[in-house]
Amino acid sequence: VRELVVVSGKGGTGKTSVAASFAVLAERAVIADCDVDAADLHLVLDPSIQQTETFSGGKKARVDPGRCSGCGRCEEVCRFSAISIRGASAGRSRTREVDEQRCEGCGACRLVCPSGAIELRSVINGEWFVSDSRAGTFVHARLGIAEDNSGKLVTLVRNEARRMAAASGAEIVLIDGSPGIGCPVIASITGADLALIVTEPTRSGMHDLKRIAEVAARLGTPTMVCLNKWDLNPDVAAEMEEWCKGNGTPVAGRVPYDRSVTDAQMAALAVVEHSSGPAAVAVRALWSSVSDALGSARAWDAPRSVGTSEEVGPA
Amino acid sequence: MRIAVASGKGGTGKTTVAVSLAVELASRGERSSYIDFDVEAPNGHIFLSPRIEKSFAVDVPVPAVDAETCTACGRCSDACEFNALACVGGRVMLFPEMCHGCGACALACPENAVTEARRRVGTIEAGHSGPVAFAEGRLKLGEAMATPLIRELHRHVPYDGVALMDCPPGTSCPVVETMRGADRGILVTEPTPFGLSDLKLAVETARRLDLPVGVVINRSGIGNSDVSDYCRREGLAVYAAIPDDRSVAEAYSRGDLPSFVLPEYGRIIGKLADAVVRPAAEVTSS
Repeated sequence: VRELVVVSGKGGTGKTSVAASFAVLAERAVIADCDVDAADLHLVLDPSIQQTETFSGGKKARVDPGRCSGCGRCEEVCRFSAISIRGASAGRSRTREVDEQRCEGCGACRLVCPSGAIELRSVINGEWFVSDSRAGTFVHARLGIAEDNSGKLVTLVRNEARRMAAASGAEIVLIDGSPGIGCPVIASITGADLALIVTEPTRSGMHDLKRIAEVAARLGTPTMVCLNKWDLNPDVAAEMEEWCKGNGTPVAGRVPYDRSVTDAQMAALAVVEHSSGPAAVAVRALWSSVSDALGSARAWDAPRSVGTSEEVGPA
Repeated sequence: MRIAVASGKGGTGKTTVAVSLAVELASRGERSSYIDFDVEAPNGHIFLSPRIEKSFAVDVPVPAVDAETCTACGRCSDACEFNALACVGGRVMLFPEMCHGCGACALACPENAVTEARRRVGTIEAGHSGPVAFAEGRLKLGEAMATPLIRELHRHVPYDGVALMDCPPGTSCPVVETMRGADRGILVTEPTPFGLSDLKLAVETARRLDLPVGVVINRSGIGNSDVSDYCRREGLAVYAAIPDDRSVAEAYSRGDLPSFVLPEYGRIIGKLADAVVRPAAEVTSS
């Protein structure tokens, strides 16, 4: 089973639109939406949910007011300002309570409580689903509003997709990733066979491309680049291609700016299903070069980490 | 006043709106600042080209285990809820990227063998772009957790004037950590199914934090009216609708603010400034 993950660094460059087309074009693939805190792929794939599971990724502290002596040791050791006196002005009772949104579930408070008044309880952070869709088996998730532990949920969705692929004889796991370079992104690209970075020819796109490419390089994940809406600024596009060349990152394809991409989204279709216009043609060509590379991924060396500079700054 | 500019979905125009507003307010003689909280992909500097006056390293605590006094009893790794410590073969191994810096390991160690070292997670730079005060956080590459950096960046938001806080996309911890310091929010979206779906999540996140928000519909005209219908149903103020215009995208691609090339954009930002810089009570919070 080969794992392909679609990422971008900068948000809104067209990751999910590309992933939706790939999902439709790929034969024998299991699809995973790992953009768990702002998932959109289901809006195109129209899944029929077969299985729903709850996700519990973390714990929260809870103070038993009956046992709390009000000594305040917990508040002293909490580094997340999650513990305060119960009620705004609690009078003489100085018992403590936990702000669940700030609590990271570290348990430092429980360690120091002399009254045994604090327990850590597992909490539900979200849900995940296994669905049927016209593009095949689809594993997706919904992180609860304002919840943390997105990295753990990404890992869970990925593992489940891989398991289903192995069980069903699918050859590819196709992952729609999230923007940025932080924990959900690291969780989605670590150990993947190939990461396709969908970017756009803008100064911001260039800046963020360098950052995500460097993170992937440090994790040892081979990358390719898709220049989406490349004709928006052909000069910056050419600069990006030059950078890719210098970095040893193959450019897998260029997709022109085309209104049919938005039209397809409005019709809840992948652009390759909706249109035979320039974007659809380009995305088909992109898939063919990405799927070829995926077959032989690891055949070329992943670009090595630039390493020396901690920061990849402006273009 | 602190205004969080957020969206749920990425690439809807948060940065352009936040920077344009900061510049517009400054041109009216108001004190304004732009603070880039999108520490994983900070792009505001591209449009502001600020002069950097101060630079700060941001560190978080990580345990340091003294091999001499450590008896490998395993209490530290038992206490760690994040699997950042493992006690294997008579010694303690540290996985720093998993560490939340909570200090539980040091509290649990009966030998006082665990002390704390510092680990770099990013940098904060601050300066000015003309009259606009500027600060950004920049997550170190390979770091997973943005929240400690965001928490620190809040201390660099000027107290006076209007601060535009450019949020990360999504709805999870980095966004929550940013929004927590704001007085109100502007949610920038686009009138498409993805835009609507992520807007709903952003609205729910803001409500969870009791943050009053209004909406800016960017690239208006490309999709349908579902976003404005949703805003009406939910009692959300629509501060502005910015028409879709390729010249805006082209200006953005060059790192220029759209108001320089499209006077219409500047007028809309002017109205947006009027709409948001009002006493909090006048803004629909629902």
